[in-house]
Amino acid sequence: MNIIVCIKQVPETTEVRINPETNTLIRDGVKSIINPFDMYAIEEAVRLKERFGGKISVITMGPPQAEGALREAISMGADEGFLVCDRAFAGSDTWATSYTLSGAIRKVGAFDLIICGKQASDGDTAQVGPGIATHLDIPQVTYVKKIEEAGEKSMRVERMLEEGFEIIETPLPALITVVKEINEPRIPSLKGMMRAKSAKITMLGQKDLNLDTNKIGLCGSPTQVVKIFTPPQRQGGQILQGETAEIAKQLAALIKDEVN
Amino acid sequence: MDYLLTDEQKMIKELAHKIAEEKIRPVAAKYDLTEEFPWDVIKVAGESDMFGLFIPEEYGGMGVNVLNLCLATEEFSRACGGIAVCYAASALGTFPIVLFGNDQQKKKYLPDLAKGKKIAAFGLTEPEAGSDAAAIKTTAVKKGDHYVLNGMKHFITNGGDAETYTVVAMTDKNKGARGASAFIVEKGTPGFTFGKKEEKLGIRASSTRELIFNDCKIPAENLLAKEGMGFIVTMKTFDMSRPGVAAQALGIAQGALECAGKYSRQRVQFGKPISSFQGIQWMLADMATEVEAARALVYACARAIDAGCKDVGRDSAMAKLFASDVAMKVSTDAVQILGGYGYMKDYPAEKYMRDAKITQIYEGTNQIQRNIIGLQLIKDMAK
Repeated sequence: MNIIVCIKQVPETTEVRINPETNTLIRDGVKSIINPFDMYAIEEAVRLKERFGGKISVITMGPPQAEGALREAISMGADEGFLVCDRAFAGSDTWATSYTLSGAIRKVGAFDLIICGKQASDGDTAQVGPGIATHLDIPQVTYVKKIEEAGEKSMRVERMLEEGFEIIETPLPALITVVKEINEPRIPSLKGMMRAKSAKITMLGQKDLNLDTNKIGLCGSPTQVVKIFTPPQRQGGQILQGETAEIAKQLAALIKDEVN
Repeated sequence: MDYLLTDEQKMIKELAHKIAEEKIRPVAAKYDLTEEFPWDVIKVAGESDMFGLFIPEEYGGMGVNVLNLCLATEEFSRACGGIAVCYAASALGTFPIVLFGNDQQKKKYLPDLAKGKKIAAFGLTEPEAGSDAAAIKTTAVKKGDHYVLNGMKHFITNGGDAETYTVVAMTDKNKGARGASAFIVEKGTPGFTFGKKEEKLGIRASSTRELIFNDCKIPAENLLAKEGMGFIVTMKTFDMSRPGVAAQALGIAQGALECAGKYSRQRVQFGKPISSFQGIQWMLADMATEVEAARALVYACARAIDAGCKDVGRDSAMAKLFASDVAMKVSTDAVQILGGYGYMKDYPAEKYMRDAKITQIYEGTNQIQRNIIGLQLIKDMAK
């Protein structure tokens, strides 16, 4: 089974700071890590490879230092890394990013499965995975918590939704995004780290991908960030006390007031 | 201080650090309480090639390198001295095979040990043969194509949990120390059972147990080296493994120092963090200096062994002696800095102190280390 894993390098903090003037992330002085959700994607790919054989290609789009993320993925068991990196791609929103990544995936070659983390811990949009599937015109299954069966032509997976679970069977090739319940990412081996240190990382720029220039970078990005702000914290609410019948009466009155 | 580690050594340190922080620290207090064997951590360490650091590449390891082993043991011990010793004791039990095993023995035992699928233990100590190792009573009598072992070993680290044991027994009582031989004994061999599991002050995640041999028949091919070489096997093994105990002590000291440093910056008394008081700063300064001196000695000794230097007995005795005394002092001072909280189990300081004590005792008490150093000193002076 040939698997492509798309990963993103993110700042190692849950308290992301935003530059109020440019509305972009402040990355200075913050250590970069692989997006935690993508670690589950890498681990699941390695587990599938251990079961069925094949090859794992990891792709990331980002600045040159994102190479470190690819090497870390290789130390966990991936075979090769591709860094999609070009000034022309700067300022991409999720749509342009998924378009660019889909171009890179076509370049990398035939695949049976694409795995992404459900979302990135910095942007939290959960749009790039589905976007890639759309651009490649392949089926997508999001929020996968378990791969129940994987065959040559199809795969049965369990999705985790807010209100329960769904079992979905999808033809391959397909794209899945995974949630943290799917596995526990391994610690790399020393042999893996040594292999990763000397592994070749292939750089892919606009020249290699030859994408539609109207669909990449800032001008290919329909999203306009108008304002970024922290939503006000939820207030405490009101706790009703007393006998059940009494509370029910009070509650009904409150709802009535609210409606009026 | 920069110890000019190679890229590979930095990688080993980084990986061991990751295992320590993500897998060992969160479970250290649990295993200290339950005294269960930390199989989950051992599995991770095995899959990460950590057990390969004391095994040659041709037998599935990463190459024998004492400094690498010390780096891993130090990092593990920063998080838990008990879990670290489960690892280091497997190295101790494996060294006799690495150093004296023939190709057939190495092929049979080392690949599984290199992957951590099986762990090893070294069986030397007996109730009446501690520092006086020549007083061992366990016997091995050759009968045809096998040996029959009888006797009892105690205080054996990894006892009961290890699969592969290297055991020293007397093949000729009349020859004293020269009548001892070393054998490989597999768990499950008829006549080989386990006795009392000790309850300990510290390093409680590691198992310490009796090995009982009752007409235990092992194949003659399990003899390591030749008959009568048991003590040479033991001494050469200790030369390799002693820096590991020193590294364990060093890691405990480092962990205790970090614990005290962190606490001193959080704890406010008289309106200031206690780290702003000179009394605390001087304690921390002394602790840090001693830890650094211990590290320099341990690494230097490990490097000398790796470079193939002869007569490292004195150096490794010094490293073990100094690092373990530092661990005891620094961990005691860490408890002092934490004050009343340091004495309570809610904070890790008291565990470092309990874990530190054994490093002054095992693999040769510090008094025995001083004997080794003193004897060598006088010998050198007489030259």
